[in-house]
Amino acid sequence: MHVHKFEKIWLTFGVAMLLVFLTVIGVSAFYLGNKPPSCLATIDPEKVDTQAPFNEPGLKKVEGKEWDYELVYVASAFAYQPGEVEVPFGAKVKVIATTKDVIHGFQVAGTNINMMLEPGYISEHIATFDKTGEYLVLCNEYCGVGHHMMMSKIKVVEQ
Amino acid sequence: MLKDALKIKVDRRDGKLAMAHFYVAFIALAVGGLAGLLQTLVRSGKFELPAGIGYYQILTVHGVVLGLVLTTFFIMGFQISVVSKTAGTLTNRQRLIGWIGFWVMTTGTVLAAIMILLNEASVLYTFYAPLQAHALYYIGLTLVIVGSWLDGTVIIMKYIEWRKQNPGQASPLITFMALVNTLMWIVATIGVAATVLLQLLPWSLGLVDTVNVAVSRTLFWYFGHPLVYFWLLPAYMAWYVIIPKIIGGKIFSDSLARLSFILFLLFSIPVGIHHQLLEPGIDPAWKFIQVILTFLVVIPSLMTAFSLFATFENYGRSKGAKGLFGWLKKLPWGDARFIVPFIGMLSFIPAGAGGIINASFQMNQVVHNTIWVTGHFHLTAATAVVLTFFGIAYWLIPHLTGRVLTKKMNKLAIIQGVTWTIGMTFMSGAMHAAGLLGAPRRSSYSEYGGSAQAAEWIPYQIAQAVGGSILFIAIILMLYIFVNLAFFAPKGDQEFPIGEPLSNEKPPMVFENWKLWIGITILLILFAYTVPFIDLIQNAPPGSKGYKLW
Ligand SMILES: [Cu+2]
Repeated sequence: MHVHKFEKIWLTFGVAMLLVFLTVIGVSAFYLGNKPPSCLATIDPEKVDTQAPFNEPGLKKVEGKEWDYELVYVASAFAYQPGEVEVPFGAKVKVIATTKDVIHGFQVAGTNINMMLEPGYISEHIATFDKTGEYLVLCNEYCGVGHHMMMSKIKVVEQ
Repeated sequence: MLKDALKIKVDRRDGKLAMAHFYVAFIALAVGGLAGLLQTLVRSGKFELPAGIGYYQILTVHGVVLGLVLTTFFIMGFQISVVSKTAGTLTNRQRLIGWIGFWVMTTGTVLAAIMILLNEASVLYTFYAPLQAHALYYIGLTLVIVGSWLDGTVIIMKYIEWRKQNPGQASPLITFMALVNTLMWIVATIGVAATVLLQLLPWSLGLVDTVNVAVSRTLFWYFGHPLVYFWLLPAYMAWYVIIPKIIGGKIFSDSLARLSFILFLLFSIPVGIHHQLLEPGIDPAWKFIQVILTFLVVIPSLMTAFSLFATFENYGRSKGAKGLFGWLKKLPWGDARFIVPFIGMLSFIPAGAGGIINASFQMNQVVHNTIWVTGHFHLTAATAVVLTFFGIAYWLIPHLTGRVLTKKMNKLAIIQGVTWTIGMTFMSGAMHAAGLLGAPRRSSYSEYGGSAQAAEWIPYQIAQAVGGSILFIAIILMLYIFVNLAFFAPKGDQEFPIGEPLSNEKPPMVFENWKLWIGITILLILFAYTVPFIDLIQNAPPGSKGYKLW
């Protein structure tokens, strides 16, 4: 099979770029820790309200962990618990969320906090809130007729 | 002998079978296009749906009718045409199987459509269990898939017959490509068939109480990503084999075209988890492995881009073009059969770049489920693929109906393509921009309780409605052209353009070794999916009961 000289150059260059690219995202993920949310913990979706930490949704200060706060959300059609929360500026926060019914999204608009909530699973993501202001939390995965009304607010405030 | 065969028209009876598919495809374009227009109008905030129709109901219509019905029917009609043309007229038995396939698909479409219209199935075409639609919706979509398998069987039978009659010879290039796409489709649809038949159907019929949501999603996306390659490969068939003939040039390399299709077969399927990067329950290492496999399609994509532009440049230079880019001027810019698919090719450049962002593991978090993604696949599927399909329709419909594309229709077809491009630039551009600001996809109009962030998205949503309206005008033009070519254009002989390769080099026979290629395909799938599925099943949380939240 004959391959044109220019095509060989083109493909060699392309494959080299691909390797560089995959190395960059691989190093970012597994060396620097920038992995997409992939929590493996499960929960009975019917019993979310009675199980820690979801029996007390909201912000909680924690000690002795890599993060300062845990922010716990319970999603259900078509609302999040809590509906509004204040987070101190600069806080390193572990967001922990799950759903009681169908699949929902959990996206904090204007940030990289974006994850899927699936019944039976817990989703987690660690983020630092380094800009003050009001952030919209919204459901970005179709969940029914009120999907576009499903929201919450995070206020990042100086303390 | 081959040369003479290439001049022969597609047999009338095969033409009728293909045309039946095209009628359904273009009815789907009308219905789905109208649904799309309504969605953009609703999201502008200036318009509300009348008569109690729900936004998510028309969103389901749009996805099912354009993503499954238009594409599958058009592709099956096209593939049957090219196989009949290059591998020979179908036998009566093959044609009968094709007709049964057509009617099974059509029955399924009607069933699913009735359930959507009755508001029993506003779960979108991606299912979203534990949202639970009426069982007939799942049965309808299953019939569409089963019917497409019957159509695929026709192509496989014809290919086997041709190989038996021509021992030791490489199959006609475009028949080979249609076969690759068919095999990929069959392997891919096993995933969606599995979740529907083993999970969703028994659950919606009340035979079982709960469903394993994560397994259902993973099976769906095992199908959902190759689905987009199933749309794309027929466009590549036209770019590799048909466009060179239309411009009067040659196929750059027969062997490389075959190699790129084989690579698409291998790397289209074991990659579906890149649609699930932000989901719990799947180990990040396995997500990353599938990301790597996803990116391997870069290689056949680069080969395709090289071949196409090499064909264009070779042709231009053969006509005496000078300088680095002089050959561009020699291309037939006034021929709708060329320029409309060519716009599709160009749109694939930003579309491909966007796709790289989407699949980039952690970068996916920035755009996942924002309307950026919708903007992305309106460049790939709804521009690159659809404009190429339109470009095919301009000559294939009159060829099959014994008519011709007149100068006037050619001009209208160019206007159609340009209108589409303008509309899509507005709509897709605004979707990409709004998505980066965080605007979600698959969502009705919402001010999110007066949120300042959501207010920033509204001007872009108005731009989407402007783009959507222009696109709808382009759809009306396309339907007008289709009706003209099917029923009213003057009688005549419209050419069925099939290109020939630049050199007579025989393609290596290893490309036709299906035991090898299907074997590697299955091994790659087992490698990419076995551990994730074991994890999802062994560590499964309690299952979910069904919800009807619309
Ligand atoms: Cu939701």
